[in-house]
Amino acid sequence: MTELGVEQLAHVYPEGDVRALDGVDLHIAAGERVALIGQNGSGKTTLVRHLNGLLRPTSGRVLIDDTDAARLTVAQLATRVGLVFQDPDRQIFAGSVRAEVEFGPRNIGRSAGELRNAVEVALEATGLAGEERTNPYDLGGSRRKLLALASVLAMRTPVLVLDEPTTGQDARGVERVRSAVDAVTDEGRTVIAISHDMRFVAEAFDRVVVLRDGRVVLDGPPDVVFGPAAWEVLASTYLEPPLAAVVGERLGAGSTPTDASLVAALGSWSAPPEGDDPGDEDHQHA
Amino acid sequence: MTVSLRSVGYRYAGASRPSLLDIDLDLRDGEVVGVAGASESGKTTLALVVSGIAPRTIGGQIRGKILLDQADVDDWPMHRLSERIGIGFQNPATQLSQVAGTVFEEVAFGPMNLAIPRDEVIDRTWHALEALAIDALSERDPRHLSGGQQQLVAVAGLLAMRPEHLVLDEPTAQLDPAGTRLVADAIAALAADGVSILVTEQKTDLLARIATSVVILEAGRIAMRGRTGDVLDDPRLEELGVAETSAGRLRRLASAAGVGGARLEAALR
Repeated sequence: MTELGVEQLAHVYPEGDVRALDGVDLHIAAGERVALIGQNGSGKTTLVRHLNGLLRPTSGRVLIDDTDAARLTVAQLATRVGLVFQDPDRQIFAGSVRAEVEFGPRNIGRSAGELRNAVEVALEATGLAGEERTNPYDLGGSRRKLLALASVLAMRTPVLVLDEPTTGQDARGVERVRSAVDAVTDEGRTVIAISHDMRFVAEAFDRVVVLRDGRVVLDGPPDVVFGPAAWEVLASTYLEPPLAAVVGERLGAGSTPTDASLVAALGSWSAPPEGDDPGDEDHQHA
Repeated sequence: MTVSLRSVGYRYAGASRPSLLDIDLDLRDGEVVGVAGASESGKTTLALVVSGIAPRTIGGQIRGKILLDQADVDDWPMHRLSERIGIGFQNPATQLSQVAGTVFEEVAFGPMNLAIPRDEVIDRTWHALEALAIDALSERDPRHLSGGQQQLVAVAGLLAMRPEHLVLDEPTAQLDPAGTRLVADAIAALAADGVSILVTEQKTDLLARIATSVVILEAGRIAMRGRTGDVLDDPRLEELGVAETSAGRLRRLASAAGVGGARLEAALR
C-alpha cells in the first residue's frame, strides 16, 4: 500500500504571480480517509493535481512511497493515484458507459479477468449497473459525475483522489459516494477528497486538512478541526463547522462534529436522575 | 410581473420520453421559488424551459403555454426573451463568455450586450463584483480561476444584467460556505428589489433560507409544493431523493434517541 509525502510544496501558475501553494507539508499513510477543505481558491485542487503529476511543483516535492514523483512519469503515477475531476465532462470521452469505465484499467495494463471484475464492482458501487450500453451524454449531470468516479474506481489505484465528489448529487448519490469511500479504505487504500459539505466531511473522514492561501492551517480528526478551539482559525478561512458542532457547543456538550456524536453526548449528559423530568425544566426556561 | 407555466411538458430532441410533464407554476415578483428533487427528476430541464433555451436553442418539443405577464411567449425569439429572463447554468465553465480577458470584462459583457450606457455598465459591474466579494479578482483572467470563483463570476454577470426574472440552476454547487452565503444574500436582495427567481438546488439548507415556496419534482412532474418550511419538513422528502435540512435531520435523530426537546430547539435557533 502506498504512502504519500508532500514536502514544502509550492506552486505558482505560469500565467500569474499568485502562489497557489505556498509551502505545504503533509504525510498521508496508507488507508487514511482525508478530507481537504478550504475557501474557493485556497489551493485544494492545485494540491491534489500534484499527487498524480498533472501539475509539477514550482518548488518542494511530492513523495510516493519515498520516491520523488518528479522521477515518475504520468503513466507510472496513474497506476498509483487515481484522480476524479470536479467536472466530469473534462474526463468523459467514450461512447458508452462500459467503454468509459474499462478505459482506465485497460490503459494501465490490468488483465482481462481483473478488468471485468473491477468494472462490475465500480458500476455496482455507483449505481450504474444496467447502464453499460448508455451513451455517457444521455446520463444527467449527477450520473455523469458518478460515471467519472466509477471509471477511476475501476483502476483500483492505491490512492484515490476525489475533487468535490458530492456536488450536484442528491441524497442517494451522496450515500453512494460515501459507501465508495468506505469500501476503498476498508481495503487499506487511501482516499483524499476535496469537499465543501462539512457534514459529509465530518461523517465520512478520519482526518481533515484545512488550506488557506496555499498553506495548511489545521490538520486533525473532525472533532479537533471542528471543535470550538479551532473555530477562530476556521472562521479565518471563511469556513463554518457543521451544525451539530455549533449546537453541541451552545449546549455545552463538548466537540460534537457529527449528528450522531451530538445525540450521544446529549444522551449521556442529559440522562435524568430518578423522578427528575428534564422536559419540565425545559418548559420553565422556554 | 409574472412568469406562468400552464400544463407545460418538454421532450429533448431524440429522447423517447418527455423529461417534464404537466407543469403548472407561477413565478411572481419578489418571489423565490426553490426547485428540488432527485437527480434526473427534471430540475435542470425546468430551468432550461422557463428561460426559453429549451426549445429555442437546444431543440426538442414543448407543450402547454409559457406566459410572461399574460403574454404568450411562444413566438418570441431568444434575444427578446433573454432581455427579460436571465439564466445561470450549473457549470460556470458553460456560462463564461470565453472572450473576456479579465473578470471585470466578463461581468460587464452581459450589460454591454444589452446596449446599456458605459458609465452604468461600469457601475453595475463594480456593484455585482462587490456583492459577491470578488472585486479583488477584477483583473484576473476568468479562465484561470478556481471552479468556485468562476461560479461567483458567472452569478455576478447575471446580477449586472438586472433581469426582471432570473433562473438559477444550482448556483452554489461548487461554492464554499462563505460563497454560498454571498449568493444567498444576493438572491434575497434581488427578490427584495422585486425580481422573481427560480432556483434549483440540492442544498435544502439554502432553500430553507431563501425560498418563498418550494416545488419538488419527481420523474418530470411536480410531486409536492407549498410553503418552504412545510415542504422541507415533510417526511416524504426522503423517498423523493431530497436531503433533509441539517436542522431537520438533527431534530429527527435527537427525537428518535429521546434527547430532543426545548433545549435542543433553543440551541438550533
